[in-house]
Amino acid sequence: MIKNIKLAYSLLSPSMLWLLLFLVIPVAMIVVISFTVSDGYGGTIYEFSLSSYKLAFSSFYLKIIWQSVLWAFAASVICLVMAYPFAYFIARVDKGKNILLFLVMIPFWSNLVVRLYSWNALLNDGGVINNILMHFGIISEPVKMLYTSFAIIVGLVYGFLPFMILPIYSSIEQLDKSYLEAAEDLGANPVKTFFRVTLPLTLPGIIAGFIMTFVPAISVFVVADLLGGNKLVMVGNVIRDSFLVEMNWQLGAALSILLMVLVLLSVLLFMKFTSSKDKKFLF
Amino acid sequence: MRVKTKRILFVYSMLVFLFFYIPMIVLMIFSFNDSKLGTVWTGFTFDWYFKLIHDEQIINALKNSIIVTMITTLIASILGTLAALAIHRYKFFGKQVVNFLFYIPVVIPDIVVGVALLAIYGWLHVTLGVPTVIPGHVVITTSYVMLVVVARLYGFDSSLEEAAKDLGANSWQTFWKVTFPLIFPGVLAGALMAFTISLDEFVIAFFNTGPGSGTLPVLIYSMVRKGVSPEINALSTIMIFFIVIMVLVVGKRMTQTKK
Repeated sequence: MIKNIKLAYSLLSPSMLWLLLFLVIPVAMIVVISFTVSDGYGGTIYEFSLSSYKLAFSSFYLKIIWQSVLWAFAASVICLVMAYPFAYFIARVDKGKNILLFLVMIPFWSNLVVRLYSWNALLNDGGVINNILMHFGIISEPVKMLYTSFAIIVGLVYGFLPFMILPIYSSIEQLDKSYLEAAEDLGANPVKTFFRVTLPLTLPGIIAGFIMTFVPAISVFVVADLLGGNKLVMVGNVIRDSFLVEMNWQLGAALSILLMVLVLLSVLLFMKFTSSKDKKFLF
Repeated sequence: MRVKTKRILFVYSMLVFLFFYIPMIVLMIFSFNDSKLGTVWTGFTFDWYFKLIHDEQIINALKNSIIVTMITTLIASILGTLAALAIHRYKFFGKQVVNFLFYIPVVIPDIVVGVALLAIYGWLHVTLGVPTVIPGHVVITTSYVMLVVVARLYGFDSSLEEAAKDLGANSWQTFWKVTFPLIFPGVLAGALMAFTISLDEFVIAFFNTGPGSGTLPVLIYSMVRKGVSPEINALSTIMIFFIVIMVLVVGKRMTQTKK
């Protein structure tokens, strides 16, 4: 047995070493940087300070963080409303299930930048949607859609909808049908059966979908970049600009730590809704 | 399910499919548009595709993407498979820590991985280029390979290995002749996942490349920021089709090996 344990450790050591070198140490480095002082040119003065956190908690950045939370949350809720009936349909369809799943996976595999860019042509003032609406006389002049909160939420929903569909699909797929039959036999109508049996039993899938949608949605910066214009920014944009434009690594590091804490807290919060035996859907 | 409910669900699902596909179809249509402005249809052309082939920047980014994706897939597949074998088979001290470490890349925002590596590279005075993208990509893909291979190992009949040993095979022969062929579809599925994630990955590549060494997604991003051009549509169309064909081919091979 001792030999086996040695073997286990040697099988694990390459990946552990990699994660240590390129994930744990760099993140620790970010934590250290967030408590130092910036020299204003992207350099670091190694002196303990809370100044970057003071700046990160100023009303300017708090507003952006709050705005990102709201957008990501709204997008996740819309994703849920769109994904649940859709996943239900795929899970219960009689034939062609594999093709339908494949069609869901294509956007999942395609590049996010590319897919967001495609919305540019649709939401533009002279874009496809405005052209169609004007053609049919529904509106007389273009409605501004691009570079608004609406565009950002559309982008977030479009970007991360597959992440909501797949876990919900797998939880509906694995649902034991005998529960539904039992509810029916006991006299529950379909609506009651859905809300009292199906929905609670597929809750783990919903929670997993919520986490997998909310986490990337709150940290993405491409959506605000491509669909939000110059004025609408999310916390990801501020982190990027602190590192690459303003050369204030301390602020960028502090905001990254805040984002990480926020993500961790939201994951823990969502997980509170599921019992521990249901957590297998999460990963 | 009642027929009426079924019909409503069907219509609803088709609307969701439209939401998925209309933007992508519009994108593809405009890659054949004669006009440079990209919002009004003026005529059919293949020009943008020809332009792509002669665009040195794009060929260069493609090369970078291929290098990064191939090396990432190779390293992540090896690291992830080895780890999966250990995690599935053995009980050892610190297993919880190992599991936790593998879950971090799944939930941590990509941007944090990107800036953290940027900070380390800056501190060590490493010049950013194509190779500096690979460590981050391996970090985010190895966990997925590990999870996919572990899932495959759960259906593994260990009596086959015992039989091989009883028949006189040593550990090395047993691994290569019995274990590996049996888990190979899982490894391939994991590798495919690593490949698609790495090829499409934008955020880490964005933070960890130097000037002129960007991958395709990074180049597309900078082209989009400069302005709308049908050339981007053409490039995007090719990328979408490439991924679809890849997944179809490898997916088919995977179902064949399963049989």
